Amino acid sequence: MKSGRIAHDTAVPGVKIILRATLFTVVLGAAAIAPALLAQTSAVDEIAKYRAALQDGNPAELWEARGEGIWQQKRGPKQATLEQCDIGLGPGVVKGAYARLPRYFADADRVMDLESRLLWCMATIQGFSDADSRKQLFGNGNDRKSDMEALVAYVTSESRGTPMNVGIAHPKEAEMYRVGERIFYFRGGPHDFGCVTCHGDDAKRIRLQELPNLTTKEGAQKAYTTWPAYRVSQGELRSFQWRLYDCFRQQRFPELIFGSDASIALTTFLARNANGAPFDAPAIKR
Amino acid sequence: MADPMKIRANVTGDTTEVKVLMSHEMETGQRKDAQGKTIPAWFIQSVTATWNGKTVLAAQWGPAVSKNPFLSFKFKGGAKGDKVLITWVDNRGDKRTDEATIA
Repeated sequence: MKSGRIAHDTAVPGVKIILRATLFTVVLGAAAIAPALLAQTSAVDEIAKYRAALQDGNPAELWEARGEGIWQQKRGPKQATLEQCDIGLGPGVVKGAYARLPRYFADADRVMDLESRLLWCMATIQGFSDADSRKQLFGNGNDRKSDMEALVAYVTSESRGTPMNVGIAHPKEAEMYRVGERIFYFRGGPHDFGCVTCHGDDAKRIRLQELPNLTTKEGAQKAYTTWPAYRVSQGELRSFQWRLYDCFRQQRFPELIFGSDASIALTTFLARNANGAPFDAPAIKR
Repeated sequence: MADPMKIRANVTGDTTEVKVLMSHEMETGQRKDAQGKTIPAWFIQSVTATWNGKTVLAAQWGPAVSKNPFLSFKFKGGAKGDKVLITWVDNRGDKRTDEATIA
């Protein structure tokens, strides 16, 4: 992605930290660890303030509006809308549906998350070929916007405020949850890395980006309920599939295939761990 | 054609607060693409807001304004049901006008 841009964004607060830490060290002398912590906390506070300032006028609304249009538009070889698409609560029911996903769908005989379900609806209802529906799964940060990300923005926005409630009553759902848990704790790749390496402890960061501890209830809830999100540094709305795709890239894992069982398993694991918390996305993130 | 703006306008007392979210690339002209070619500048140059045909805000913008810009401003006057019109014009001559009803 645009790593250069991200580095640029964080460069200035990063400098601030070093300066502050030095200052405190001079003043406090021996207590060298405390000032570093202090500076870190204040930087995180500043980012929280930045985020709060952006909350009003979240550009995600532009994606939501575009996604609603695409949802209602006759598209594909069959010239059908997605309004007959059943994403779990019956054909065309969008309200609150995302808070129950991923779930088992009998017609596909498979556990699906929102994105894989949308691909399924595009194929069965609208007649798109797999290649056509996968043409632009992620926006490129410039002129090429993703219809998939717009649809995700629209559908998820209709679950805002609905408490997360992902079940594992069906054996296939339970299996997906267990597989997702295994993947979460699995370490591998050239860096002997796993999801748990970054997301298994409190107060870890990548540069200034604090990372949620996904092994705790609060951490999982806070993280899962704020995706998808508009990423200011990328100028794009990012889906949860994108989040996992990019986590895999950051871990130097093999490329995560969009809508694959591995991605759905991880989503099931994280979504269920967030149960009980009100869904609050599309959000805005740096 | 550009995507529609999202406009919200609310009156409290004698002041109307308008919040506008615009969909625009706002390309600075400083960035290069993967081939190393400069991406040409493309940004909103002027923004005007009118209320009952009267201009309440006129702004000249440059490439320093962010992508998908958000604009919030207040003006004296306005009543529930009045229309607020926002227009932007970019440096390619593209323009877009959207309307909102004051709530």
